[in-house]
Amino acid sequence: MSITEILFYAFSGVLLVSAVGVITARNPVHAALFLVFSFINSAVLWLLLEAEFLAIVLVLVYVGAVMVLFLFVVMMLDINIAQVREGFTRYAPLGILIALIVVAEIGSVVYVKSLGTEVTPVAQVAVEEGYSNTGALGELLYTKYLYPFELAAVILLLAIVAAIVLTMRQRVGLKQQDVAAQVSVRAKDRIRVVKMAPVIEPPAGSEQGEKQP
Amino acid sequence: MISLNFVLMLGGILFALSVAGIFLNRKNVILLLMCIELMLLAVNFNFIAFARQLGDLGGQVFVFFILTVAAAESAIGLAILVVLFRERKSINVEQLDTMKG
Repeated sequence: MSITEILFYAFSGVLLVSAVGVITARNPVHAALFLVFSFINSAVLWLLLEAEFLAIVLVLVYVGAVMVLFLFVVMMLDINIAQVREGFTRYAPLGILIALIVVAEIGSVVYVKSLGTEVTPVAQVAVEEGYSNTGALGELLYTKYLYPFELAAVILLLAIVAAIVLTMRQRVGLKQQDVAAQVSVRAKDRIRVVKMAPVIEPPAGSEQGEKQP
Repeated sequence: MISLNFVLMLGGILFALSVAGIFLNRKNVILLLMCIELMLLAVNFNFIAFARQLGDLGGQVFVFFILTVAAAESAIGLAILVVLFRERKSINVEQLDTMKG
């Protein structure tokens, strides 16, 4: 048993334990932290499976961004834990039963499929000098999968716009600057020139005075 | 050598755990979202295992796209959740019965 294998089994065990922690934690904050832990364990497992770029992306994107978002929302909302926990034990037997059925089904499929085939890696090619998983993945992403890559970018843009539009709200009584109105203003909107008759009699000798009979 | 079967079973057990989590925490929308994230992670394990087994990087590219879509999904889901909590003052699934469905 190589050191890689021992590490893989150890981290798999920790991953499963933390996944159990996610689904049984009483407090949503603890569940989110367990989920962070399981993501970090998965990143280590992916490193061992020679997917280095994705492991780093998992830590950066999931642990760094998505889980922080989760924690932010969990802490921002004032949740009544006792209320959302009711029915936990009532549905536990059903949940465990279905989980066992899923494991049995997947296990049987994996077992049957592995009967006739060689399960060890086919061609464990020795990685040549200077091979980079990130470089190979990037080359593939920008050539063969360029169109899906652009679509993924559009999906992310959609997520940004949707999240901002959903959560933006106008509070009543809030004084705000309306830039469009400020820019489009004209002089005649601000100043009104009023013609009115003179109140004080103009002095004699002026133009208006001469006209008077 | 790490066998393919072991990784597939790991992904399967992880998936089953998250299915059980959806049953256990069926009142709490935040935990439901977390269980969905865990499910996507379990699926990614299969892709990475097969990409290594077959020596094809296409599987890793697919995992990349799954990560992208999952991040977008959780961002929009949490935004909807915040709006929902602002309206109803609760995230209990049982109380979300405005549409009488």
